Amino acid sequence: MNASSSSLQEAALTPALDSDAADRALASTMRRQRFQDFIFHKVTLGFALLVLLMLAGIIGSLIIGAMPAFREFGASFLTTVEWDPVNDRYGALIAIAGTLITSFIALLVAFPVSFGIALFLTEICPTWLKRPLGTAVELLAGVPSIIYGMWGLFVFAPFFADHVQPALKGTLGQVPVIGQLFSGPAMGIGMLTAGFILAIMIIPFIASVMRDVFDVVPAVLKESAYALGCTRWEVVRKVVLPYTRIGVVGGVMLGLGRALGETMAITFVIGNAHKLSWSLFSAGNSIASTLANEFAEADTPLHVSSLFALGLILFVITFIVLAAAKLMLLRMQKKEGSK
Amino acid sequence: MMDGQKNPVYRRRLLAHRIGITLSVLAMAFGIFFLLWILATLIIKGFGAISPAMFMESTPAPGSDGGGLINAIVGSLLMVGIATGVSTPIGILAGIYLAEYGEESRIAQLTRFVTDIMLSAPSIVIGLFIYSIYVAHIKHFSGWAGSFAIALIAIPVVVRTTDNMLNLVPGSLREAAFALGAPRWKVATMIRLRAVKAGVVTGVLLAVARIAGETAPLLFTALNNQFFSTNMNAPMANLPVVIYQFAMSPYDNWRSLAWGGALLITFSVLGLNILSRILSRQKTQS
Amino acid sequence: MNSQLSAVPAVSNPRATLEVANLNFFYGAFQGLKNINLKIHEKKVTAFIGPSGCGKSTLLRTLNRMYDLYPGQRAEGEIRYNGRNILEPGLDVNMLRARVGMVFQKPTPFPMTVYENIAFGVRLYENLPRGEMDERVEWALNKAALWGEVKDKLHKSGLSLSGGQQQRLCIARGVAVKPEVLLLDEPTSALDPISTAKIEELISELKGDYTIAIVTHNMQQAARCSDYTAYMYLGELIEFGETDQIFMNPGRRETQDYITGRFG
Repeated sequence: MNASSSSLQEAALTPALDSDAADRALASTMRRQRFQDFIFHKVTLGFALLVLLMLAGIIGSLIIGAMPAFREFGASFLTTVEWDPVNDRYGALIAIAGTLITSFIALLVAFPVSFGIALFLTEICPTWLKRPLGTAVELLAGVPSIIYGMWGLFVFAPFFADHVQPALKGTLGQVPVIGQLFSGPAMGIGMLTAGFILAIMIIPFIASVMRDVFDVVPAVLKESAYALGCTRWEVVRKVVLPYTRIGVVGGVMLGLGRALGETMAITFVIGNAHKLSWSLFSAGNSIASTLANEFAEADTPLHVSSLFALGLILFVITFIVLAAAKLMLLRMQKKEGSK
Repeated sequence: MMDGQKNPVYRRRLLAHRIGITLSVLAMAFGIFFLLWILATLIIKGFGAISPAMFMESTPAPGSDGGGLINAIVGSLLMVGIATGVSTPIGILAGIYLAEYGEESRIAQLTRFVTDIMLSAPSIVIGLFIYSIYVAHIKHFSGWAGSFAIALIAIPVVVRTTDNMLNLVPGSLREAAFALGAPRWKVATMIRLRAVKAGVVTGVLLAVARIAGETAPLLFTALNNQFFSTNMNAPMANLPVVIYQFAMSPYDNWRSLAWGGALLITFSVLGLNILSRILSRQKTQS
Repeated sequence: MNSQLSAVPAVSNPRATLEVANLNFFYGAFQGLKNINLKIHEKKVTAFIGPSGCGKSTLLRTLNRMYDLYPGQRAEGEIRYNGRNILEPGLDVNMLRARVGMVFQKPTPFPMTVYENIAFGVRLYENLPRGEMDERVEWALNKAALWGEVKDKLHKSGLSLSGGQQQRLCIARGVAVKPEVLLLDEPTSALDPISTAKIEELISELKGDYTIAIVTHNMQQAARCSDYTAYMYLGELIEFGETDQIFMNPGRRETQDYITGRFG
């Protein structure tokens, strides 16, 4: 054996002296480590707090910026249909309505499609196709939103105006009550187009959340249904869906949260018109598109403040929707046992 | 049992099954169809604009011919670079806090919750925020403001991926390090973080891909600059805002440049996404 | 039980490095260990056997306060290490773990080179210049009977070794910091028979320098390797004594039933 182990034996023979010195050295090392641990904790805590600070800062700055507008118009700001920069009178209802309507249309289209895609990828797709198709869907999510806007304006809108809108007008437009929704000139741009483009944008996002949720269903559960002779569709309806219900709703709300705040995909095609109409074919405005179009050139303080107020409203709505979605998804994960 | 085919109940179930499956396949086709349509549009309309001039000349003045995108490309690279440099350490350190102290700290749980919400928050509001605390005070648009705005968008992405990756490290590895008497900070960094290095890098790449395409937060922070400039303290040219302004303009060369820029951005972003996918797959294979 | 101990013909009246006294352990509301009393003797191998869930791993993990990592787990009673109670709250746990090392069931090489794996532990306590560190690494790998196989691979990742080699790397790592006690928690259950044999050989060599406590679900391994054996069942220590005596002439019927394979 070599020097090190003989020193071990030495330590055993003269325990008192040597081990005392060794003890002290060890103790000082430990003190140093405790100090390092303390610093580590504080530093990482600081950066985590920074994130929380970001959120507080955003809300704070929005509130401060919006105060003048709310002081001027009061709570009726939320319900006034008027946006008149010339006379400096503003009301948020057009923008709020535009945001909600386009998002609603987007969800209406995106939900079944995302659902179908998620289902296809988890239950139906042959294994060799799973990776390429899954990647394709996620690539769709990576396309920047401004691209959706451009494509929507220059390629999709003309197509929509020439083929889809007249068709809708001719069919659903003739039905008594809902016909109102499909009236007016078929310009291609407008709320309906914006909603549809938004749908395509959020489809990959919702689909991937749903796909993760579907993957969580234990294989044994599905296998026992198959063993009883259920068709694949029945296994989906009777085992997968009930098991993942909360998660599916959470995924949809996550998509809604995304849709509400989306700017560039909509700004190109929503038409930027400050009016509210029953027809989905008409141009309108959403909160995000109003901000994008007008903020850089807003001159009066009231105009600027009203825009801030719009931003605050959007942030609050989005925050509530996203928080609810997150809570639902957390419940889903608890069920899986991963939390 | 053999003539189940004739059983009316079974036939009905089979029909429902077939319809359901068909609808599912149609949904998938719907998604792929639009992906291909968009990519095809980009290639067709944008390819014509790709030329050496695009990488050598700055954006043209209204009405003048030709021109390129070099100022926008450089501006974007600068801002994305600075934003990445700022957001990566912040995101990783915050992510480490969440993974290390997440079980025992209320702040950690709150931060995790807030981070996930910020991931999907409207990016235009971030622009408003930076405007009100910075741009309004210095009274001009600036490349720094633009960088900080997109950094704020990148931070939650890095925090989330770092946190997720660290939590994948098996408990036995942590315990082995503690069993040697290692202090907590060494276990967190030299053992745990090192074990998922590739995953964290992937997270950063994904954050870069995300912010490279963001337009809204730049609208009131960096705005745009017609000329080539590396002065961060002034309005800075960048691809997304250039595309936004040029796309809806009446000038042919502007519109063509917009499509070229769109093609450039999209394929860069998609390339980053694919790269991060390859990286993460390599790691799991080793 | 105490009568068993005093009946042991002490070879040289072995010192008890670790003394467990009235130890009770709780996972939340569930009691995992019930009133454990035993002594772990210096430079001997003490094996813990028993069916799954009997608490042997739990007991091992109290000896280096590993359960501290998990809120909700707590220990009551005393464990005296060289006279000092290690369960007292003021104790510096890292200092304890410098002296009481552990090797786990699953090989856990750190995501570093082989050299770094070993140097990592040493650097926690000692500031060795390069030459001395090289020597220490070689010494530790020799102790773990791994030097010959990895001396050309010192700068390759620890993960590139085979399962058996990884486990010996973990043993080398534990030995490199010169602890007094080595705790082995089912060190061979994830390994093939050849690696298992190599490690068992290692254990009998290591006991010349270290006090060893080993948990194993493999009775034959306990019979082969250990000097003392403790049989546990459902959180209680049923019987403790010299290995030969436990296996050839157990005092309790429960012990005999387990050893002869009547259950478990």
